Amino acid sequence: MSTFTTKQVKRLGFLVRIGLTDEEADHLKNDLNVIADSISKIQELDTKDVPPTTNPVPLKAHLRDDTAATPLTLKEALSGAPKTSDGQFVAPRILGSE
Amino acid sequence: MLRRRLTVSLSRLEFWEASDMSAENEIVKLSAAQMAQKLASGEVSSRELTQAEINVIAAAEPSIKAFLTVSASRALKEADESDARRAKGEKMPALAGVPIAIKDMIVTKGIETTAASKILKGWIPPYDATVIRKIRAAGMPLLGKTNLDEFAQGSSTEHSAFFPTHNPWDTTRVPGGSGGGSASAVAAFEAPLALGTDTGGSIRQPGAFTGTVGVKPTYGGVSRFGAIAMASSMDQIGPVSRTVLDAALLQELIGGYDANDSTSLPDAVPPVVAAAREGQKMDLHGVRVGIIKQALGEGISDPVRTNFEHTVSLLKSMGAQVSEVDMPALPYSLDAYYVLMPSEVSSNLARYDGMRYGIRVMPPADQEQSAQNMMLATREAGFGPEVKRRIILGTYALSAGFYDKWYGSAQRVRTLIIREFNQAFKSVDVLVSPTSPISAFKIGSEVSGNPMTMYMNDIATIPANLAGIPAISVPMGLANGLPTGFQIMAPQKRDDLMYKPAAAVEAALKQESCADMLSSLKTPWVDQAAHGSDVAATDADQINKAEEAAVEAKAVGARSTREEK
Repeated sequence: MSTFTTKQVKRLGFLVRIGLTDEEADHLKNDLNVIADSISKIQELDTKDVPPTTNPVPLKAHLRDDTAATPLTLKEALSGAPKTSDGQFVAPRILGSE
Repeated sequence: MLRRRLTVSLSRLEFWEASDMSAENEIVKLSAAQMAQKLASGEVSSRELTQAEINVIAAAEPSIKAFLTVSASRALKEADESDARRAKGEKMPALAGVPIAIKDMIVTKGIETTAASKILKGWIPPYDATVIRKIRAAGMPLLGKTNLDEFAQGSSTEHSAFFPTHNPWDTTRVPGGSGGGSASAVAAFEAPLALGTDTGGSIRQPGAFTGTVGVKPTYGGVSRFGAIAMASSMDQIGPVSRTVLDAALLQELIGGYDANDSTSLPDAVPPVVAAAREGQKMDLHGVRVGIIKQALGEGISDPVRTNFEHTVSLLKSMGAQVSEVDMPALPYSLDAYYVLMPSEVSSNLARYDGMRYGIRVMPPADQEQSAQNMMLATREAGFGPEVKRRIILGTYALSAGFYDKWYGSAQRVRTLIIREFNQAFKSVDVLVSPTSPISAFKIGSEVSGNPMTMYMNDIATIPANLAGIPAISVPMGLANGLPTGFQIMAPQKRDDLMYKPAAAVEAALKQESCADMLSSLKTPWVDQAAHGSDVAATDADQINKAEEAAVEAKAVGARSTREEK
């Protein structure tokens, strides 16, 4: 059975905030099923007692010295924003109109 | 010797008639180490060198298309500053004054940085990556930003949102990817050096396809601060060059601990320059080389196999002890990678939401003008198909109910692969394989169709990223007129171990054919640049810009207007 359906791909698209037309979702579904068939092969290996790897070169967690600095000025931090006002990012309405 | 061109009244044509016609042709074809020597001795200035590269870029770009942004005006200014520092008697770093190109995956303060994605078109970063700070401090002029597959996702540079880059050996073929722009620029003599990023082979596979040297250092060996994140547990910045020594010089400059990167290694940079010089002596007695049995399976093209076997015989003739190494879990690398990488991509690319930087596309007028709909519209218009595919796949792999089946399994397979490498390095110093199973393919031949076909390109390079070990690709000769690459891998933090045999292979192949492989590359653009007049920096700054603007207007303009500040 195929891993992905068109409906599922559209739903995933919504969750990751990527608008998809039916045609795009259908095309993606086919590609994803080909990939899914291949990557499922990893389950052939016996990994029951094997710990997972997150960082291949493990380091002891460390923090740098807590020294005050201004890496970016307000103007610099806002310089790439699509819309700003009074030194702040301007976003479209977050809550619905209802 | 290139005479200093200080007499502005003398036209360029008169100058070339009055001196050696091929002087500029020769200078851009030097290695970075040779350029550095000429700069140190005062034979050439950084401005002359940088202008010569700008002239080549202007002549080459119509057919190569390696650059997304050419920063010629700034580069000349930086060259003048470098020359001024030297004139004052300041002690300069080894590569001072040598120009460099940067993959557009690395942020550069004041220079547009896009990751070859429409979603970042027009973004001017307010800060420099750590590697860029080091390059600027060393007085290296920054020629521009090179093309790549969007967000470094691809193996051909055809997935750039703007245009594909062409392979200088055959412009109907791809240069590999994702760092095809950096590799092509260096192969075509548009730049002596470049930086790339390597998550699954994006420096090494383009190196193999273009006849250049590409290095992925040990994970954490070079700061990732300012490298646009793709898959953070595997991303690594590294050098692209025409010689092994040049790569070593650049790695020593950019490597080392950085407090801004929590995965940065506290260790000193391994002595890679000394190792490269040692390798040039072509004596490999005492070096134990392992051939990975599983890396020579099906899918390796005959010419690649032939060149690989010949290179191994050269290693033996220089005294290396060669044996075969069995790594049964290795064939699962590709599949584990295509779970882990998209999972990390889906998380890292969540930041492009049209809020703080990058483009914002508002939804059509008949839809609610909400933040949610803006994000849907922005990410739909801003991301290309390959990026969308990976974000969706990664999100699925991380979702409740499937996490253990895919992501968890892949993480455990990763552990098995690391164990196999650790075991192998108990009996050998380095492991070798072809860098890519094939040589450069035709543009357009793998874009549509089965996505796994393109992913297979990285089958030999991915294991090093999973294991965090260093790996280098060196040219191993031509096959049907196209370059092929030889990969050498070393244990973590022992990058020096691979530089020695890499430099030895390079020297042995050069001795065998009495010339560098790149000297057989036909470069009409270099001759054109040598015979033309100096290209104005302001003109060079506009190279490829009209094409990018057209792509942006089509994608973003068609859906909705971009909100103005």
